Amino acid sequence: MATTPAAPPAAPPDDGVLRTNDGVPLKTTLARVNRRQKLVAVALVLPLLGFILVTFLAPIGMMLFRAVDNPVLQEQIPRTVALLDAEWDGASVPDEAVFATLAEEMIQQYEVREIAKVGTRLNYEQGGLRSLITKTARTIARRGEPPWRETFIAIDERWADPQTWGIIQQAAPRYTLSFFLAALDLRYDWQGDIVEQPEREQIYVFMFGRTLWISGLVTGLCLLLGFPVAYLLATLPMRQSNILMILVLLPFWTSLLVRTTSWIVLLQTEGVINDVLVWVGLVSDEGRIQMIYNQLGTIIAMTHILLPFMVLPIYSVMRTISPSHMRAARSLGATPARAFREVYVPQTMPGVGAGSILVFILSVGYYITPALVGGRTGQLISNFIAYHMQKSLNWGLAAALGTLLLVGVLLLYWLYNRLIGVEKMKFG
Amino acid sequence: MTHPTNPRVRLTLAAACALAVAGTAGGALAAEALNVVSWGGAYTKSQVEAYHKPWIEETGNELNSIDYDGNVAPVKAQVESGNVAWDVVDVELSDAVRLCDEGLLEVLPLDELPPAPDGTPAEDDFIQGSLMDCGVGNIVWSTTVAYDKSQFADDAQPSTIAAFFDTETYPGKRGLAKTAKANLEFALMADGVPAAEVYEVLSTPEGVDRAFAMLDKIKDDVVWWDAGAQPPQMLADGEVSMTSAYNGRIFNAVAMEDKPFEIIWDGQVFYIDMFVIPKGAPNAEMAWDFIKFATGTQPLADQAAWISYGPVRQSSVPLIGTHAEADIEMGPHMPTAPDNFKNAVQVDHYWWADHADEMNERFNAWLVQ
Repeated sequence: MATTPAAPPAAPPDDGVLRTNDGVPLKTTLARVNRRQKLVAVALVLPLLGFILVTFLAPIGMMLFRAVDNPVLQEQIPRTVALLDAEWDGASVPDEAVFATLAEEMIQQYEVREIAKVGTRLNYEQGGLRSLITKTARTIARRGEPPWRETFIAIDERWADPQTWGIIQQAAPRYTLSFFLAALDLRYDWQGDIVEQPEREQIYVFMFGRTLWISGLVTGLCLLLGFPVAYLLATLPMRQSNILMILVLLPFWTSLLVRTTSWIVLLQTEGVINDVLVWVGLVSDEGRIQMIYNQLGTIIAMTHILLPFMVLPIYSVMRTISPSHMRAARSLGATPARAFREVYVPQTMPGVGAGSILVFILSVGYYITPALVGGRTGQLISNFIAYHMQKSLNWGLAAALGTLLLVGVLLLYWLYNRLIGVEKMKFG
Repeated sequence: MTHPTNPRVRLTLAAACALAVAGTAGGALAAEALNVVSWGGAYTKSQVEAYHKPWIEETGNELNSIDYDGNVAPVKAQVESGNVAWDVVDVELSDAVRLCDEGLLEVLPLDELPPAPDGTPAEDDFIQGSLMDCGVGNIVWSTTVAYDKSQFADDAQPSTIAAFFDTETYPGKRGLAKTAKANLEFALMADGVPAAEVYEVLSTPEGVDRAFAMLDKIKDDVVWWDAGAQPPQMLADGEVSMTSAYNGRIFNAVAMEDKPFEIIWDGQVFYIDMFVIPKGAPNAEMAWDFIKFATGTQPLADQAAWISYGPVRQSSVPLIGTHAEADIEMGPHMPTAPDNFKNAVQVDHYWWADHADEMNERFNAWLVQ
């Protein structure tokens, strides 16, 4: 630095504090600069932060909320459920006061056409309650009169069954765990105890199990197929490896739907592979192999689609491994196999870990491919989430299933972190 | 400031201005256009020809035809978020009932519907069950079993619903929709339950077990489909020899593509489609005007010239002519034609509204095992 010829404006007090030219303590100036830099940094990431908040965190938060949110009965028939809580003994038919309150609230809701919401909600707990509610509301709104208890029971005998009232009470709380219970094949019975769903309606635990199993299998297959490809990519001369790289990337750039439907063309019973097998004579025309619209189809198509996600991280790690390590191992007397196993492979682990966790997490949430080629046995849990979002309109159950899936993935991530360490993961 | 003298620059500027103006004008018009949502494919085409074009011509209004997949979740989402974009939606009757019950649809002044040309009031002209508080019916369509004639010997062509569940006599894979609805009805009718008693039997636990036992017989031979376009394709590919399908799709494959397919009308399960208006639709009045027009006697009859779905107005039936492009008399291909209607069951949407949750849970659990 050049020295300043002119004297400073005012002589700084000689107290041993370092100062800048204008006499402000150096510490203060540094802090000010630091603060300004931080502000700039914050301002730079603010748009991204806002974007993530709106498009990622808020929807997830809303999903978590939907899974426990249970406003229907509290909004539609609040006084009835309060009265049930306060006065009903939980075993007999409630008295006239409860019936009268329900009648009043039902008529009110019937007139604004919202009473069916109560029916829909109760129907999740027990099939048939929907029509009980709508039928009763319709009847009493037209020509109902006290005594309500007799009127209700005359309309349908289920009103004389304490079980009906127990279900109403169980479905009433503002926040509920019943969607989570349903997502685990459990439910509240009418007395509030947690019991298993009837066996022939149990499905979700099985589906979670299958989803994890297929995801694990697809991850394993991707590793098995991807590792040698990555090794070739990393070790071949530039010219060949570039061509190979394009072969890996080309499917990666192709639309998911195109790749999935190509597999349909190849694998269907009248498809290319079966035609060739029949032509060669390996299988008879009647004995064509079912390779699609089942679990096999899902596994084949998903493995193919997710393969690049395994190859690329492993390849980028392998590129950084110096060939001299292997040469050193050989020169110290290791056989090629041993050198590969004990020197090379351990160094690829960050890539293998990254690739595996990437493929696994993507598989767990896979939806389109199983929907198109999975048939009956190749469906995954996401297909059921979509089903409840789009068809049954039971969004609470869809949210509970989604939340469980999210928690499962986070758990696995945590486990991975404990066992291997996330900081060792390397995407490239 | 200098004016651009280069003619090419001037041209570009002019073009840009023109585009900008056109863009604004388009935007302004689009805001007043009616958004009509339907199922797409040949079905939407029939509506465009029979309803949309004449209505646009008569009123001078703009209309956007939007396709959807029949899932009514967007209606619920739009109404609940207060951001309704759809004005008219073509939904299945049971969805109309469900959405209406939950207060998600506009209640319609049905007495404003025009009478039949002979003066019969609308409420008597529409077939039973095709008018409801929130919806006006337009067509009757059905899920039937269809098969590929070339897959079976001439003297062994299937003709009853029972054949579908008999893979020994009638070998080959089967196609079925991946849903409980209609499949349970098929199963019971194939097991000998008369159409009129199907829902009575289904209302007992033993009846449901009986339906699933029938489905069990063919479970390993079934290829499941999701979208209406799939079954004709699966038949054409030889993937299945028999499949459940929407009758209009099979008709189209036969009429337009000359496929050797045949419909088994025995045991058909028929539905009614409805026009509804989501609550808070931006152009609700125009939407109602459109519905009144489209469900008039002539437009309903005109639609039948494009697809083999039956009109819900009795006064439309005598006006049904030949197919608009192929020279085929349309009458005999309607689900409601007397020969086709002998053993037919109408989907009981009240029963399904009550039991859809548990039936689908059970069906799904059965399916994945």
